[in-house]
Parts: sequence; C-alpha cells; structure tokens
Amino acid sequence: MIKKESYIGKSVKRKDGPEKVTGSAKYVGDLKFGSMLYAKILRSKYAHAKIIRIDTSKAEKLPGVKAVVTGKDFPQRMGLYLLDRTPYAVDKVRYYGEPVAGVAAVSEEIAQKAIELIEVEYEELPAVLDPREGMKEGAPLIHPDLKNYEHVPAIYPKPDTNISNHFKIRKGNVEEGFAKSDYIFEGEYYVPQIQHTPIETHTAIVMCDSTGKFTIWSSNQSPNAVRKILSHSLKIPMTKIRVLGPYCGGGFGAKAGVNIEAPLIPLALKLRNKPIKYVTTREEEFRDTFVRQGMYAKIKTGVTKEGRIVAQELEMVWDAGAYNEYGVNITRAAGYSSAGVYDIPYMKTDSYCVYTNKPNGGPLRGFGMSEMHWAIEQHMDMIAHKLGMDPIEFRLKNIQRDGSTNATGQVLKDVGIEKCILRAKELIGWEEIKGEPKPELSSGKVRAKGLACMIKAPAMPNNAASSAIVKFNDDGTVALLITAQEIGQGAFTALAQICAEELGVPEDWIKVSQPDTDYTAYEWQTVASRITYSAGNAVIRAARDAKRQLLEMGAKHFGVPLEELDVYDGYVYVVADPARKIAVKDIALGLTLPDGSGWGGPVIGKGVFIPEGVVSFDKETGQSPKGVSHWTYGVQAVDIEVDVDTGKIDVKKVVAVYDIGKVINPDLAKAQTEGGIIQGLSTALFEEMKFDEKGKLLNPSFVDYKIATAAELPEMIIDFIETPLEDGPYGARGFGEHVMVPTAPAIANALYNALGIRINTLPLTAEKVRKAIKEKYGI
Amino acid sequence: MISVRFKVNNEWVELLVHPHHRLIDILREELDLTGAKEGCGGGECGSCTVIMNGQPVNACLVLAPEVDGAEILTVEGLSKDEELDIVQEAFIDEGALQCGYCTPGMIMSAKALLMRNPNPTREEVIEAISGNLCRCTGYIRIVNAVLKAAQKARV
Repeated sequence: MIKKESYIGKSVKRKDGPEKVTGSAKYVGDLKFGSMLYAKILRSKYAHAKIIRIDTSKAEKLPGVKAVVTGKDFPQRMGLYLLDRTPYAVDKVRYYGEPVAGVAAVSEEIAQKAIELIEVEYEELPAVLDPREGMKEGAPLIHPDLKNYEHVPAIYPKPDTNISNHFKIRKGNVEEGFAKSDYIFEGEYYVPQIQHTPIETHTAIVMCDSTGKFTIWSSNQSPNAVRKILSHSLKIPMTKIRVLGPYCGGGFGAKAGVNIEAPLIPLALKLRNKPIKYVTTREEEFRDTFVRQGMYAKIKTGVTKEGRIVAQELEMVWDAGAYNEYGVNITRAAGYSSAGVYDIPYMKTDSYCVYTNKPNGGPLRGFGMSEMHWAIEQHMDMIAHKLGMDPIEFRLKNIQRDGSTNATGQVLKDVGIEKCILRAKELIGWEEIKGEPKPELSSGKVRAKGLACMIKAPAMPNNAASSAIVKFNDDGTVALLITAQEIGQGAFTALAQICAEELGVPEDWIKVSQPDTDYTAYEWQTVASRITYSAGNAVIRAARDAKRQLLEMGAKHFGVPLEELDVYDGYVYVVADPARKIAVKDIALGLTLPDGSGWGGPVIGKGVFIPEGVVSFDKETGQSPKGVSHWTYGVQAVDIEVDVDTGKIDVKKVVAVYDIGKVINPDLAKAQTEGGIIQGLSTALFEEMKFDEKGKLLNPSFVDYKIATAAELPEMIIDFIETPLEDGPYGARGFGEHVMVPTAPAIANALYNALGIRINTLPLTAEKVRKAIKEKYGI
Repeated sequence: MISVRFKVNNEWVELLVHPHHRLIDILREELDLTGAKEGCGGGECGSCTVIMNGQPVNACLVLAPEVDGAEILTVEGLSKDEELDIVQEAFIDEGALQCGYCTPGMIMSAKALLMRNPNPTREEVIEAISGNLCRCTGYIRIVNAVLKAAQKARV
C-alpha cells in the first residue's frame, strides 16, 4: 500500500509569495498599454444639490483632452441588489464627492487641468446627514423615484421615503416575552462610517474596441458581477464584456460589485481602441468608494432572575449613504443574524437601510456583523454586570446549542460556540468578574480583560454559484481555472491544496488562474468569506471529475477495473500492486494503446456548487427553516491596560478562537486572524469618518484618519475548533471576515471591567475615555 | 525638462525628466520598475519605499532633480535571477504578506534597517516599519520575518 500524505490541514507556503516579494506581481496600476489615456473625475462640492447647468466647453478645448462625459452620456441605473446608482450624477448630486463629469486625456495632469475647467452650477438642497432624521416623515427625499427602481425580490424598499430596505424579524410575540421576563434592560449603541483603506486604491483600465467589445482590467473582487451589471445596464451581451482581474491589492469588501469601472464606460465608448486608465487618489478612496455604513442600534432585552434571556427587541438604523445598491443586503444580513450567538425565544428586529447624503455604504469585512455585535456584545456584558453575573457565565446560560433556534427560527446543529468560549477563557486566563469594578486609580494604569462573541453566515443570494475547471497540461501539470480572486486571503493556495489533494498530484503542479471572464469558470463574487467553502466544493468536484478520467484511461491501460486504481504523486497505479503504474503526464492528453492507436483525450474536469436547501425569509416575519448556507462562530478575549491620565487604551493581548469546521491551511488561517485582529483593533481605537455640517468629509488622509501601525501590535494567541460543516469541503466553514468582528466590543467590555466606564460609540479614543474617567471619578 | 543621471539597481541611467516629477514617476513610468507602489502620494503609507543612498525614502516625496547622482535600490534590485534576497526569503517563509501591495515597500524598509543595523531588536524592527501601512497582515509576521532575516544573515 502507498502511504498518502494529505495536503489538507497542511501549512503550504503561499503560491503568490515569490511574485509578491520580488515586485513581479502585476496589479492594474502596473499595467501600461500603447496609446493609453488617463481619466480624472470632477466630483460634487455639495452633499445634496440640483445640477442646473454643466459647461464642459473649456475643458474640451484644452489640448490633450480626448473626451469629456457627464451623467447624460450614461444615465442607466445599476447596482447589485437595488439599481439606484448612475456612474455620474444625473440631474442632482446626492453626496459630497459624487462624480459629475469625467475626462480622458493624454496625461493625468492634463485630465486634472481639464476637470478644473468644467463649470457646474448647483442649486443646493437640504441634506440628510442623520438616518434617524432621514427616515422620518417629511424628510427631504434623496431618491424620489425609489418606487420605480429595479431590485431583487429579497429587499423591501419603502416608496416615497428614504428607506431603501426594511428587514423584519418577528419570532413569537415579543411583548409576551417581555411579560415573562423579570428584568428589562435597554441600551443604545452607535458606529460611525469608516473606510476600508486597502493600500492599493481602486484602479481600472477600460477599453472599447471598434466592434463594441469592452475589455476591463480592474482591481476588483467580482469580475462576473461587474460583467453582469454592466451588461444589464448597457444592454449588450456578456460576450461583449471581458473582465480581467490581475492581483488585487486588498479589498475588504470595498472592491466588490461595480465600482470605478462604470465611470470609464462612457469615455471608452467615445474613444474606441484606447485603453483608459483611472487610479483613484487616496482622498477619493476615502470619500468616493464604498465605506462601512454607520449604524444606530437600540436594544431592549427581557431576562429572568436566573439570567436567561427571554426576549429581545432590536432596532438598527443604518447610515447607508447616497446609494444603497449593496448596503440593502448588509441591513438584511444584520437582521437575520440579530440573535447573535444567543438562543432567544421571543424576538422582534427592525433593520432599516436609510439613504443619507453621505458616502456610499457598502460591504466591509464582516458585512454588518461588526456593527451589530458592537451593540449586542456590549449589551450582554452590561446585563451580566447588572445581574451580578460573570459575563462568561451569563453567556454560557444563553448561547445557541444544538437544537436551539436563531432569529429566523432555524433549528441549529453542529454549533461550536461553547467550545470557543471555554477555550478562549482558558487561553486568556479569565478570572471571574462580578459587578462593578473597583479600580486602583493611583497607579495610573488599570488593567482588565474583556470578551465578545460573534456569528456570521455568508451573505449572498440563495443560489450564489461557484464553478471550476481542472485542465491538464502535456507534462502532467494542472491549470485550475476559476474566477475567484486572490485579494490576499490566500484563496489560490487553499484551492490549489484542495485540487492537489483530490487529483493525487503534487501541490506545486497546480497553477491557479487569475480571473478572466471570457475563459475562467464562473464565480459569483469573492466576498462573504465564501471562497474556500463554495469554490472549494466546486474544485473538489472538478478534480474528482478529472481524476475519474485519468482512472478510466488507467483501467484501459492496465486492463483492470477502474475501482482497483488510484492516483498519487503524479501516477495512476494499481492499488494492489503499486509497482504497476503509469505517469499522469503520459495520459494527460489521452492514452496510446499498445497497437499505437489513441484513446480518450485531454483530461478536463468540471465542478459546480450551489449551497442546497437555502430558503428565502418570510417578508413579514423573517422566518426560514434555513435562510443561509451555514454559520461560523467565534470569540475574542482581550487584555488591556488603560492609562488613567491620558485615557489611552493599550491592548496587550488578544485571544481569538473560531470554529471554522476544518482548517485547510493553518498558517493562512492564523495569518487571516492576525490581520483581522489588528483591523478590528484599529476600528476600535482610531477609525471614524468625520463630516462637517454640510456633509463634507474632513479627514480623507492617513494623517487625519489613523489606522493601526506595527506600533500597536499586541500579543496574539489564536486557536481553532473544528466542528465539521455537513456540506463544507472536508467540513470547512466560511472564514475570514469574522476575525475583526468581536475585537471592538471585547475591548469595550474590557474597558468597563477596568474602570466601570461604558462607551457605546466607536471609536474608543483616548479623548472619550479620559472624559469618561473625569465624569465618573472627578479626576 | 532636466537631465538626471543616477544609478538604479547598480546600473547607470540618464533621463530627461520634468522637474516636478517624483522619483516614483521616474521608476514606474520611465523605467518600468513597478515594484514600488503608490498608496497615498503624500508620504503617509510607505508603499513606495525605496533605498536612496542607503536610506529608506518615500519615492513619492523625492523630486526628480534630487535624484541626480544618487544611488537607488528598488525591490527589483534585491533578487538576482531567481535567487532571492534573505529578506525576501524570510517574507515567504514567515508568510509575511497577503495582498502584497505594501510588500515591496515593507521589504525595502526592512532591508534599509538591516543595512544600517544588522542586529536589530524587535522594537527597532517595529520602529523601522511603523511608517509602512499594511491592512492585511496585522504586521506580526512581517516583524518576525525581519528578525528571521537578520538572524539568518548573522549565521
């Protein structure tokens, strides 16, 4: 017998490592073509205003300018879930920074000069900057035509309001639940809009040739979605749009769906056969690409004397910005996840996506979960303290277990949250915390621990599909053709491991393609932490299909039944007699029979995957027996030190434990977690987009909008639980975004445990903490 | 236009450049050395870091005339054919990269540190790369990679 070594669970080195450390990896900004033109975009100086007049004549006359376009050149609405967005403002602008006109010129400098020559006359309109005001009757309407916008059936815009989606959970009668409770606890929490800040800003090159075929190179997470959305709005077949995805320099959700490709389309239509390049400046990146939505949460929780949660009423009002084409689904995801990790018999949730005259809300790592858990996880700690219970003890009384139901009434199984909590408790060295802390302020520093849990499901259409093609080369090496994007998460490495495992060839024989929608196999989008799960399943099936073809040829060659053969280390061999073997390379393109004739043909495997049995939520109650493909649970515990004099929080240690079903590549899973912890820490302590009273962003730079640097590095201890998922590849669950979700509430809970201070608005700046210390202790 | 003559990755080049152009423009647009990335254009993110006369600089803050006579080392100059520099190898071994966009700048900051201080402490490594922003890795593997490279160089 041959002893097989498995690639699953092995820390294979990143496949993209050598290219990325040598500068060989090409990003869109690194591409250069002959006769390339450069685009710049004129952006609105008002948050909400009618466009009275645009005069582009001076810009058009500037030598070197090749084309100028405005909203009227491409007025079609587009979007992923709700078609509410145009590439350039039509008739009115809805946020400070919205594209108003675009220029293509022979250089960036000339394009920049040209946009400064465009004259726009505006008539300012009253702006909505707070979604709580915006959802009130009589508020200025940002999209008066909302009722006419196309949208997917799963979202529910309210005509003649600023509410672009209202997702409801009605699980039992919540009032009945409150009546059965001994105590009612209420709380309000807030998260501001924040930015993804990928280090590579959005970059695209678009060309339209003389036959009307578009070629688009884009730093994007969603090549197939870009093609679909553009094809729909341009009313041209998908054969006329080719989207290529070179390496993507960080996405975090910002590069999902259609982004800056769209404003280049009308320019490319006017300038045939000229590739037009657009590189977003850092200032534009902050203001004019997707941001994480702000959110106001109000929670009311009913609890028994014994500490059992009976009922929860939650209202989430999302500050979703000027266009909600993607944000509507974040609102929905938070709604259906609104039990968090808890088993709550009676629930009422209202999640409102509200238009505001601010930057566009969109997906950011966590997809509503960071925002929602900021509220829920602090609220749970607050209740535990009020009941005089240890926060972990309180959680263990209330978490979901096998047989529990979640917000949508789904009966859960294979729930691993208890194991995560117990492991995190052990790793952080938790000591029981009860009641209000009594800190020793005289030492100037106070240290404490805190913990928060999280849950997340891939937020995607029920039928979001993946596919893969496995194609052998003459020498036995393999091309894995997929449209999943390598945005840094390590998808190419994990998928190559899966492919090699199934085929029985060495992992370094697998070359993973970069997305090219003309040739690579369909992928819905690289979002929702779904690639290892969904594309992973497609790769397994494609590799098994290819392997079956190898075995068929082996069976013919050896004259034995197919079942008696296997493939390992690049050979098809007879299991009972491994000395009888034939190299994969000798049959990869077909078998040569002893008489010299050919048989079979080049080996090409295909595999597809759609999560089965995902049923839509009921519109009025949000109930569904299985509304999402699966859930992933996790916990983070932190150990912080607060400087009493300055209010500065120093995060000393973070413990993260996630139940990810099966760890495909331990190093990559840990690396993802480390990155997420720091991103979570950064949002907890520093990040907030600040606006003036007119809706203008005040801090669109790394000087004024700080993100964590190496100087903030805490000790990190990471562990995984493996509760297999029935339809996950080798049991793997979706994982990646989850890692930044509980960091901020865990820090906030630790802050309370240190000083008895609860700050319910992100971020936990030194200034806020200092002020709270002064209010509480008078020092 | 002005004429500048300088050494890039051990080769002399002579170019006519706009005086207001920046070193990053010269490298990326004139010399096709696209390893150095532009992340902010204001010296805030460090992704365009290259080594100029032995010191790490943000190539977006160096104007063309300042380049005249200088010696520039970019990420492309670190490896020879397929033989990687010890810092590059350590980044691969430690998994110190994800999307890879900050990686060339991060490696050049690390290289500059090891050129002036072959024996850095953990704190010195953190200080040396604290001007390089990374949104993916959480920095820890980068710090470990630089320390590992230093250790390997000593052996």
